[in-house]
Order: sequence, then structure tokens, then C-alpha cells
Amino acid sequence: MPTTPAAKTNPPADDRGLYGGYGGRYVPETLIPALEELEAGWRAALADPDFASELNELLTNFGGRPTPLTLTERFCPSKRIYLKREDLLHTGAHKLNNALGQIVLARRLGKKRIVAETGAGQHGVATATVCARFGLDCVVYMGVEDMRRQRPNVERMELLGAEVRPVEIGTKTLKEATSEAIRDWITNVETTHYLIGSCVGPYPYPEIVRELQSVIGRESREQILAREGRLPEAVIACVGGGSNSIGMFADFLDDAEVKLYGVEAAGAASLNSGRVAVLHGARSLVLADEDGQIADAFSISAGLDYPGVGPEHAALRDSGRVSYLTCSDDEALASFERLTKTEGIIPALESSHALARALDIDESLVVVCLSGRGDKDLDEVLEQLGRRS
Amino acid sequence: MRGKLVIFLMSGSRTPELAEAAVQGGADLIELGFPFSDPLADGPVIRHAAENALAEGMRTKACLQCLAEIRARVQVPLVPFVYSALLEAYGHERFVADAHAAGGGAILVPDLPVDSLPELRRIQLVAPTSTDERIKLAADSTDGWLYLVTLTGTTGARKELSSALAGLAERARRLAPPELPLYAGFGISTPEQARAAAEVADGVIVGSRAIEVAENGAEALRRYVSSLRIAIDEVK
Repeated sequence: MPTTPAAKTNPPADDRGLYGGYGGRYVPETLIPALEELEAGWRAALADPDFASELNELLTNFGGRPTPLTLTERFCPSKRIYLKREDLLHTGAHKLNNALGQIVLARRLGKKRIVAETGAGQHGVATATVCARFGLDCVVYMGVEDMRRQRPNVERMELLGAEVRPVEIGTKTLKEATSEAIRDWITNVETTHYLIGSCVGPYPYPEIVRELQSVIGRESREQILAREGRLPEAVIACVGGGSNSIGMFADFLDDAEVKLYGVEAAGAASLNSGRVAVLHGARSLVLADEDGQIADAFSISAGLDYPGVGPEHAALRDSGRVSYLTCSDDEALASFERLTKTEGIIPALESSHALARALDIDESLVVVCLSGRGDKDLDEVLEQLGRRS
Repeated sequence: MRGKLVIFLMSGSRTPELAEAAVQGGADLIELGFPFSDPLADGPVIRHAAENALAEGMRTKACLQCLAEIRARVQVPLVPFVYSALLEAYGHERFVADAHAAGGGAILVPDLPVDSLPELRRIQLVAPTSTDERIKLAADSTDGWLYLVTLTGTTGARKELSSALAGLAERARRLAPPELPLYAGFGISTPEQARAAAEVADGVIVGSRAIEVAENGAEALRRYVSSLRIAIDEVK
């Protein structure tokens, strides 16, 4: 099965890195030459068959691709709900697709040091993993509130040799961790690649991450066609920054008969209740007040606890191609339990948001992106469910 | 020609008094920070000042009011330092008009590179990483003077003046129109650093240290600015 990075449709960014007016490069001048170098390196990589074959080899033999497409039996017997099993990818989430692609790119650019941000810790673990694999220095910024919620992932990153730098400012979550990673990059730009974890940030990051994650949708499309002999009626994925969903949607965007749903955490619903603002180098829909000050997001799921969203999602909302729904913490917890008990699969809390809405959308033949596994969430879930003695 | 001294202050209830003291100490220009929740270009001191200012309610309209109050006390040019997110929310043209009406001069937007929004006239920034092509573009389109970011990094005091400044100033001098003033900022806090920066640039911008000193009141700020002024004036 082909797993090379090149989505079926070209990303709709214009030559200024704008998606329907969203995106762009709202960063200090210091970073612009680095972004131009990155863009040129990315274009060269896409045109080079060696890049595709190196990445393909890593995705297959290190990452474990292709991941299975699992038909649920008891989760929702009235529907045919398939799960795209990114939880079975090495390190337990879709984040590795992007980390592998960017590490190959960073090595082509001659960078020796990697910085990253992490919320749930999945991207931090994926980044620490690829840095260990290639022997690169790795610094991961993480809010102290997320370090508390996702302690096992902090331990994994440290075991893998990464330095986890606690971020104690502001909300102490992903928003601040991202700002600190960008500030580190500004300071060490000559030696360092910023391995961003989602389809956010200044151009060309939203495009790079989308393309590297589009393997999810490309495999899903081929697998469902092979299994069902037709396209799904709906594809559904959770949206924080939006990387698993944009990767899942990419190959279905041209299939007008396939309904696409993104699911946001109700307390972090940039696409449902945000306004146009500038955050982390891009213009997008953001939880912000009328003065443009960025607001706090609230979600039980650290990976969705982010007030912004990738600019391409903002454009897809405006065009109406994707419908963006919301899911409360309680609904996510209920579907977390339900999948665990009915299918023997413990989903990430992030993915549980998509699972919750998969149950009540109108369509019957549905592919859900199960973006990660839920081991990292056990402490939080057990506490929330009040089962601890 | 005497080197210019630019002092950065964060908007707040005490700022008009502080700005007056800075001018008494010898500041030629005041840069007025409009606080933003997520300032990518700023180090810990200015970030902390922004957090405090926001807690004090210093939103865009209150900052414009602060600008007007400073204008009522001092004659020097006042430069609003404002992030893109605030302009996006307020409206770019509306902001320029209201800042001008409040007594502001050219504006400075730290996260809007020269090739973004070219129709918004502003003071452009260049950095050691900037290509010659981008320095020329910035110098040709800047509003009044060119901001030389002395280092790769965020705002905040450093032990030494950045070794990258001399090379950047030399390149900017070669690429910019002959009369365009070049002011150096980021990482300048001591009189010695200000003097050294003034050797290669036409002006020096001091922010984080001024904000720290201003914690001790207007008189402390006046004395600190005066020490910078004396150092810069030693440059022939």
C-alpha cells in the first residue's frame, strides 16, 4: 500500500501561504529566512523520490504502517462504524507520521537540534522517539498543568533522552508551551528545527503537517473501498489544532458524497465559537476576546485544550465542506468507556470526542479516526469517573 | 549628530508619569507597549509586564487613552508597539487613525514581516538572519527609521552586546537610503552597551531594563535613562 507523502489534492494555500485569507506568517522577522529555507527544503523533498522512499521505509518498518481499519461490532450495532487505528502506530498516536516526516526533512536541512511543544504528550513522545532514532538533541516544552495530567508521557520522553522543559507561564498548557517553543526557535534558529506538532503555526507548517498526516486518509480510503466496495457516507475525526483530522480528510475532500465531520471539545471550540485572530504565527479562528487577546481553552483532553486551530480548517469551515461539531467532557468520557467495554479498545480522550459524535450523526457507514490510544489518560479518566478509593 | 535614545514602557496607569521622567532623563522617543496575551517576540520581563498590564485592564482602548495622556505631558515622538492580533481585532486603518489622533507617530508591529500587509505603513524591523534583499525591502518601506534587532532571540537584557549588531548595521548602512536612521534594540541594558551600540547605530532602544527600573518609581527611571543618555553622548 503506498504511503508516500503526497495528498490527492493540492493544498489550497495561495503563494502567500493563505488558505482563504487564513494562515500566513505572523512571526518576527528573525524567523522569516528560516521559514523560507524550510519551504524550499520541503519543496525539494517533495520533488525527490529519495525523500518519499526514506519516509515510506520508516513509516512501514519503524512506525508500523499501514494501520488497520477495524469494523466495530458492539459499539453501535445499528451502524457500520470503522475505526482507523492510529492508536496502533508506534508510540500510540498519529503524531508519529508527522514527526518521522519532519525529522527526515530536518536532517536534509542539516539541523542538529529539535525543539517541540506538546500538550497531551503524544507529539512530545513522537518527537523524542524520532530524535532518539536519529541521535538528535531534543527539547520539548510542556505546560506544568499538562505535565501533571500526562505524567506517563513525561516519563517516556525523559527515558527517550529528551529534555522536558516545564512552562509555568499563563495557562500552563499547550498554548504557552507552543509560544515557548517558538521563542526557543527564534533564539537558536541557525542550528534548530522546530518540529511543530499540528497543522498550525506560520506557513509552510500547516501544509507540511497536513501532507505528512494525509497518509491516514489515503490508507482509509483504499481500505474502506476494499472492504465495502464503496466510499463511506461520513468520515469523522477530532479537532484540536487539527492534524489527525486534516490528514484524515485530505483524500476525501474531492469526494462530494462523503460527509466530513470535525469534532471539537466544547470548551475549546475555535471553529464553533472563535473569532478571527492571530496566534502562533498564523491568522485563524481562535478563542479570543473582542480586543484580540487570546482566551483560555478548557477540555478534559490535553490534546484538544488549545484555543486555536489550523488555518485550513478555518477555510474548510467557511466553505462548508466540513461540518464542525462539538462534544462535552462528559460525552467524551462516556464514549471512552463505551468503546473500551464494547470493543476492547481503550481510545485516547481526544479520539473519544469523535467517537461520541459518530454515534449520533445521521450517516450509517462511518470511518472514525481513532487518533491515539488511551493509556496516557487513565489517571485522568479514573479520577473523573470517581472510581478511585 | 547626537545618538537617539528610545525608551520602551508598557501601557499602564503609571506610564504617563514614567514617560515624563524618561524624557526628563534624556529619552528622545517613547515606545509604548500595547500588552498582548501571547507575545512571541518578548522575553520574560516584557511578558510579565504585559500580564500585569492586562490584569490592570489595559486593553487597546485604554492603551490609546494612555498614549493621549503621555502626549499631554511630553513633546517627543510616541511609537505604539502593537502585535498583529490586536490590530486584527481593532482594524488596521482604525488603529492607525486613532493612534494618530491620540498623539502617536509611526507604529511598530513586531510580528508582521516586511512582505506582509505592505499597505500598513510602519517601522520595519530587520534581524541578523535577514537577507540583503529583505533588508533593502524593509529600509525602502519603513516609516522614519529602521529597527535593527541586534540578536536572534527575544527581548531582554544580555550580559554582552550582541556581536551580530556590527555586521547587521554595516549591511543596513550599505543597503538603506543614505539618510535613513538605524536604531538598535534587543538585549541592550547597560550604559556601556548603549554606548557601544551608538557607535554603529544612530539610535539605541532600551526596553526590559527600563521596565525593571521603573518598578522603583519615576525618579529611579529618570536617573537610569540619564545614565544611558550620558553614555550615548560620549560617542563622537
